[in-house]
Amino acid sequence: MIEPRFKPGDQVRVRKTYPLGHIRTPFYIRGHSGVVERICGAFGNPEELAQMRSGEPRQPLYRVRFRQQEVWPAYQGNAEDVLEVEIFQHWLE
Amino acid sequence: MKETGSYQPYSYFQLMEVSLRELLVEKGIVTEAQVAATVEDMRSRSPERGARVVARAWVDRSFRERLLENGSHACEELGLDVPALKLVVVENTPAVHNMVVCTLCSCYPRMLLGIPPDWYKSRNYRSRAVREPRAVLSEFGLQLNIKTKIRVHDSTADMRYLVLPMRPAGTEGWSEGRLAATVTRDCMIGVAVPKPN
Repeated sequence: MIEPRFKPGDQVRVRKTYPLGHIRTPFYIRGHSGVVERICGAFGNPEELAQMRSGEPRQPLYRVRFRQQEVWPAYQGNAEDVLEVEIFQHWLE
Repeated sequence: MKETGSYQPYSYFQLMEVSLRELLVEKGIVTEAQVAATVEDMRSRSPERGARVVARAWVDRSFRERLLENGSHACEELGLDVPALKLVVVENTPAVHNMVVCTLCSCYPRMLLGIPPDWYKSRNYRSRAVREPRAVLSEFGLQLNIKTKIRVHDSTADMRYLVLPMRPAGTEGWSEGRLAATVTRDCMIGVAVPKPN
């Protein structure tokens, strides 16, 4: 298992990259910045599992909180509305 | 046997499912009985399970704390096995409303809510819930005050989310069973709120 590099409260950015394959990082959130809400644990890397490989070493999984207005510039609503997405560590920088 | 009703040929995915299942049975990997039992088990789960959890949290403060701390463990206390997933329970308050979506597919806390409704899997809900949650909620008949913050949870990986709604006013002294009856599936996805009935 890979050690977590981030802790709750850390500012992170989702990598803006578009590899092929089974990716659990939604397109809409790539390139956006948020704050680590919690560490969910470590899980098999889905990109590896989808290729019938072991998924090891397990990757830390985070819940990252994004401000809606940061993700969608034209967002209508409360300025503190947020979106929380699970992101694996290798997608964060 | 004479066919009745409207006959539709198998769709591509139905045909693939039948072919794969027959192959697995033929090769002795699973039996027809195991497949039938699993389907039956999936069908037998219903949102009443989740409603029991919510009602318990409303009447038992320490259970509520344990539920928010570790959803899977707390459900075990009620004899609800939540295997192979980590349950995150998110609590609605007067200041924050939670809503759940899976933009990538249809991840859903099936152990507590059963099979997801079709709209949960629709492109419309999945693409709009993260982008214009207030508009989506109003289409469900839920008009949220602009002062209430919305927290949308996109369950993209290994967590599953259950919304713990606010206990409706006017239900003081109600039994757990009666409280549970106010908690619909949609309340636990976060597109509705319980009403005393």
